[in-house]
Amino acid sequence: MNKDEIKHFIARRVARELENGDVVNLGIGLPTLIPHYVSPDVKITLQAENGFIGLCAHDGNLREDGNYYIVDPSGNPAGIEHDGMFFDSSFSFTIIRGGHVDKTILGSMQVAENGDIANWLIPGKAVHGMGGAMDLVVGAKKVIVAMEHTQKGSPKILKQCTYPLTAKGVVDMIITEMGVMDITPDGIVLREYNPEYTVEQIQAATEASLVISKNLAPME
Amino acid sequence: MGISKLISAKEAGDLIQDGMTIMVGGFMTCGTAKAVVNEISAKNLTVICNDAGFQNEGTGRLLAHGSVKRLIASHVGLNKQCGELVNSGQLELKLQPQGTLVEQIRAAGAGLGGVLTPTGVGTIVADSSQPTTLEGKQTIVVDGKEFLLEKPLHGDVAIIKGYIADESGNIRYKGTMRNFNPLMASACKMVIAEVEKIVPTGEIGPDFVETPHIFVDYLVLNPKEE
Repeated sequence: MNKDEIKHFIARRVARELENGDVVNLGIGLPTLIPHYVSPDVKITLQAENGFIGLCAHDGNLREDGNYYIVDPSGNPAGIEHDGMFFDSSFSFTIIRGGHVDKTILGSMQVAENGDIANWLIPGKAVHGMGGAMDLVVGAKKVIVAMEHTQKGSPKILKQCTYPLTAKGVVDMIITEMGVMDITPDGIVLREYNPEYTVEQIQAATEASLVISKNLAPME
Repeated sequence: MGISKLISAKEAGDLIQDGMTIMVGGFMTCGTAKAVVNEISAKNLTVICNDAGFQNEGTGRLLAHGSVKRLIASHVGLNKQCGELVNSGQLELKLQPQGTLVEQIRAAGAGLGGVLTPTGVGTIVADSSQPTTLEGKQTIVVDGKEFLLEKPLHGDVAIIKGYIADESGNIRYKGTMRNFNPLMASACKMVIAEVEKIVPTGEIGPDFVETPHIFVDYLVLNPKEE
């Protein structure tokens, strides 16, 4: 798989984690591909931290002068569903921090076996800021990291994060092109594997020790 | 005749004086009062804004003109110049999680001594010895759970953006322009609201006013965004 195919492969698998009625916040990049793969009989509501629920693609009805009344959290033109609602940033983070988001799905630079996540700052690189990420991973009921398994071959799933943390002990699940992993008190459990790789290859690309599920199944 | 609060963008920009703390509404410039921001010529400002806007746009315009001494924001990655100013020592940057930043502003407007949030516990956001962390952070344990005490953020002037104002200064927003604007309007001594339309008082209607006229000191009409 090339990089683009990997992203779509991961997005398609993450989409299967979404259930009817879920309130979902999607991070930038790969997670924004997920809605394309959600089954038509699963109705989810996307929350956008800049201030609305019901995020969807814009309807093409943009103002001629290039200014938009609806933007997504990256500042790009967006739309709102018929059952959506706009609100201010305080209410937006009441939804996020208050545990009213069922699933937040975001990429990461590093995840540790204890659920620590580091996805906002690389020492020595340009400082971007955490935006809403720290609130999202602390507040959402379930935190799913959707990312490539390694960074140019170096493991990203570690015994301990080395970059500054976004939050401690918050990640519930990791989905990569190699497999699906749950973070449990016993460590990282490999629940599904991509048959293009052996379990040994997946472990070799992972610094943390994987616990192999008794019900290990191929990724669909 | 006449709308007593109505001033020009230039007059509004001139109300901002050297050394003030100002709040600029908007999220990646959606909901930023750009006509007013473009007229600010004061220096040594402390700016509180969700982000650094884009290069030379929104808060980015204030950065490009060397008006900002200190920026308190949650995300600055879409304005490359912001990082350059920080690296060259021309800008002091403090980063706060977005949900924390907005609650600090709300706390100021609501007369609270601060807020307790689980966000940032165990990260550099909790450690005031870090250059990008606000001063005086404290961790407080409530019922066995750790929280950060985040203090209120007050401002001298809030520059907010609405869609419609009535002649009294009641404001209604549209789409995602609301974001930080209503909160900032409560947290500053003076509030300047830039709007796209002004209608007779009563036409918005009490059920639909989102920021009340009691907060709004000045209105600026900017029918078409620049």
